[in-house]
Amino acid sequence: MSVLLRTEGVHKSYGGVRALDTCTIEVGEGTVAGLIGPNGSGKTTLFNVITGYAKADAGQVYLADRRITNIAPDKVFALGIGRTFQLTRIFPSLTVMENMLVASQHSRSGARKRAMEQLEFVGIAGYHASLAGTLSYGQRKLLELAYVLVADPTIVLLDEPAGGVNLSLVNQIAARIRELNAAGKTFLIVEHNMEFVMGLCHQVTVLDSGTVVATGPPDIVRTDRRVLDAYLGEDIEEAEEDSGEADDGASQ
Amino acid sequence: MTVPANSPVPTTGPIQGASTTARSVLKIDDLVAGYGGGDVLRGVSLEVPEGGITCVVGPNGAGKSTLMATISGLLRPRLGSVVLDGKDLVGQSTRQILRLGVVQVPQNHSLFRDMTVRENVELGGYILSDRALTAQRLAAVFEVFPQIAGWAGQKAGSLSGGQQRLVEFARALMLEPRLLLLDEPSMGLAPKILRTVFDAIRQMNAAGTTILLVEQNARAGLRLSTHGVVMENGRVRLSGTGREVLENPEIGALYLGGAVSPG
Repeated sequence: MSVLLRTEGVHKSYGGVRALDTCTIEVGEGTVAGLIGPNGSGKTTLFNVITGYAKADAGQVYLADRRITNIAPDKVFALGIGRTFQLTRIFPSLTVMENMLVASQHSRSGARKRAMEQLEFVGIAGYHASLAGTLSYGQRKLLELAYVLVADPTIVLLDEPAGGVNLSLVNQIAARIRELNAAGKTFLIVEHNMEFVMGLCHQVTVLDSGTVVATGPPDIVRTDRRVLDAYLGEDIEEAEEDSGEADDGASQ
Repeated sequence: MTVPANSPVPTTGPIQGASTTARSVLKIDDLVAGYGGGDVLRGVSLEVPEGGITCVVGPNGAGKSTLMATISGLLRPRLGSVVLDGKDLVGQSTRQILRLGVVQVPQNHSLFRDMTVRENVELGGYILSDRALTAQRLAAVFEVFPQIAGWAGQKAGSLSGGQQRLVEFARALMLEPRLLLLDEPSMGLAPKILRTVFDAIRQMNAAGTTILLVEQNARAGLRLSTHGVVMENGRVRLSGTGREVLENPEIGALYLGGAVSPG
């Protein structure tokens, strides 16, 4: 399987805070990849670097073999990387259909038909004439998914698609992702809902303090000691006792 | 280590452990609360034993901060009771709850940056109408935190994040709380500073304050505490002494899931 998206040794600091530190991840073509980690571990920053919303201080981003480091967001999108945001970015005072037409970027005759197909696919076609601001939070997430799909991206980056969404819509979102993936679409998903991530993703990469601490299939990652350490926190008492050892406790 | 995430983990009812004999300052029973259409807390029951530190941990979205907001009266529960020393707090105003002795230190830094440390600490006693009492309390607080007395004349905004946290603790002590609520005190602090803040929590507890702590650093929080509670998805999934919970292998599964696909 070839690698579709790759970051290589990406560094990003905000002031004195190092958000990403030598961050290297790979997303295989045709896979659903998960990106998890505790609060503040750098997940959204990595999304921002990949999609051009933040500039990497060092390191590279590749789409297939093409270097796309630090190019503008619209160019990243045009190259085939679609993205949703943790807090949805829709136009609340436009209708659902108008939002879709903005996303399709030109008014060729097929645009409306194609937009309607996407709305049907995510299950909110019935709301096409409603103002987007009247949709529930979960429906906005579905609109954003439809909105991204209309450009037919090669890879879709989803930032917390299940966050704040009720269970039946979470299942609906998961089902749509599975269908799209079965048809060949690649995904990279940031999500805190572990049921969702572990049930959906082929590969999961875990960030802690801006660095990858583990990557692999869900069942391996879930039992990895470094992943548990990242989520449960460093025990400060133990850390003090261990501070004299240089081998990180790996040897027996 | 497989805990079916959808099936209830056996929980102890009342918190068990060495200090079961201690009476409870706070009893929460079957609490249901949330915002808008959904419930965040879906039937939470727990007790906070007198004189201890009780630590609530759990993954993102478990309901920890909602629990704090419900206890301090910022959010009114839909069902259930929150009882402090036999008095139901549900329906009381935040000010009444403060008068009854429940004081919360919020998650985000909340000092007035352009005021001095002393002025900020004194503000913690704003519901005390007696100046002499305020001065007496201030002296007592500086006794618990002698280091803060040294910063008294500095502007709060000039302090480091860890130092500001200590001043926020001091401010809360001005009311001699019956129950002190600490919402993620380690938030945004470097690991080295964490130790200072946790030492301060110990100091307050040693001086007799009963503490209910919500903490993202689960291991450090549980080790610090006499009692531990793990919440997940709006429910209490594990409880016991801090050490029992810390050493329970099921805690990892509650954070990372464990029953989605066969292992």
